[in-house]
Amino acid sequence: MMISCKEATRLVSQGLDRRLGQGERLALRMHLALCAGCANVERQMAFLRKAIAQLVDRADRS
Amino acid sequence: MISSNGWVAAATIPGRDSGVGRASRPALTGRALRASDRIGLMDDFRSRVERERPYLLRYASLQLRDSHAAEDAVQETLLAALTSETSFGGRSNLRTWLTGILKHKIVDHVRRAGREDPLAADDDCSEFDALFDARGHWRDAPAQWADPDAALEQQRFFAALEECLARLPAKTARTFMMREHLGCETGDICKELSITPTHCWVLLYRARMALRECLQANWFGK
Repeated sequence: MMISCKEATRLVSQGLDRRLGQGERLALRMHLALCAGCANVERQMAFLRKAIAQLVDRADRS
Repeated sequence: MISSNGWVAAATIPGRDSGVGRASRPALTGRALRASDRIGLMDDFRSRVERERPYLLRYASLQLRDSHAAEDAVQETLLAALTSETSFGGRSNLRTWLTGILKHKIVDHVRRAGREDPLAADDDCSEFDALFDARGHWRDAPAQWADPDAALEQQRFFAALEECLARLPAKTARTFMMREHLGCETGDICKELSITPTHCWVLLYRARMALRECLQANWFGK
C-alpha cells in the first residue's frame, strides 16, 4: 500500500528522531523512490540538521 | 662544567652560613614557587574560561530566547567550571568541556520554564493541510535546492536561518533546538518538557516543515 506524501514527510522527520520500524522503512523507501517532492524534503530535512549544527560556530565568527 | 659548578657553589653559599638558613630557606623558596605557580595556573585557567564566555552566551541564546536566562546559564557554567578545574584536568578541549556543563544548565532552565509555561498537548498538524490535497499528496511538490552546501559557506545564509527560527512558535522552537542544537534524545526532551513522544515528534515535524518552507521562500527560492 502506498503511503501519502503527508505521511511520508512525517516518517522522514521521525526517522531523524527514532529508529523507524521495518514496515515504515519499506513504505517510506518505496514512496521516496517514486516521489521527487518527498525525496527533496528528505534531503532538505537532513540539510537542516547539518545547518543547525554549524549555527553557533558561524555566528561566533561574525 | 666549570660554570655549572661555580653556579651551584654560589647558590649553596648562603645555606652554609647558618644552619637555620640552610634548613628553612630552600623549603620556603620551594613553597613560594609552588604557590605562585598555582596562582599563575589558576589565573591562566580563569582567563581561558572567561575567553569562552561570548561563545557560551551565543550557544545558550540559541536555545533560550530569554537573554537573562542565557546569561544566568552561562554564569552558572563559569562558576561551576572555576570550582571544578581539577575535573577538567586538560583532558579535553576546554570549549567542549564548558559546553557540556552549559548543556546541563540550559536543560535546567528549559525544565523550569516548562513548569511555569507547560506545553499545550496540541497534536494538531492542520497548518500543513494547505500543502496537501485531500488524499495527502502535494499540491505543489517541493523543488530541489540548488547546492545547499554552498549556502553553508555564506554568513548571510545563517542570518536567514536565524530569522526563520525566530518565526517558529516558542514551544516548537524550544523542542526543535533541544533536539538539533543541544543534541538531546527525544526521550530526554519528552521527560524535560513533560510531553509524550508522539507530541514531541509532531513538534519536530512542524518545526522542520516550517523551516524548509521559510528557507525555500527566503533563500533557496530567490
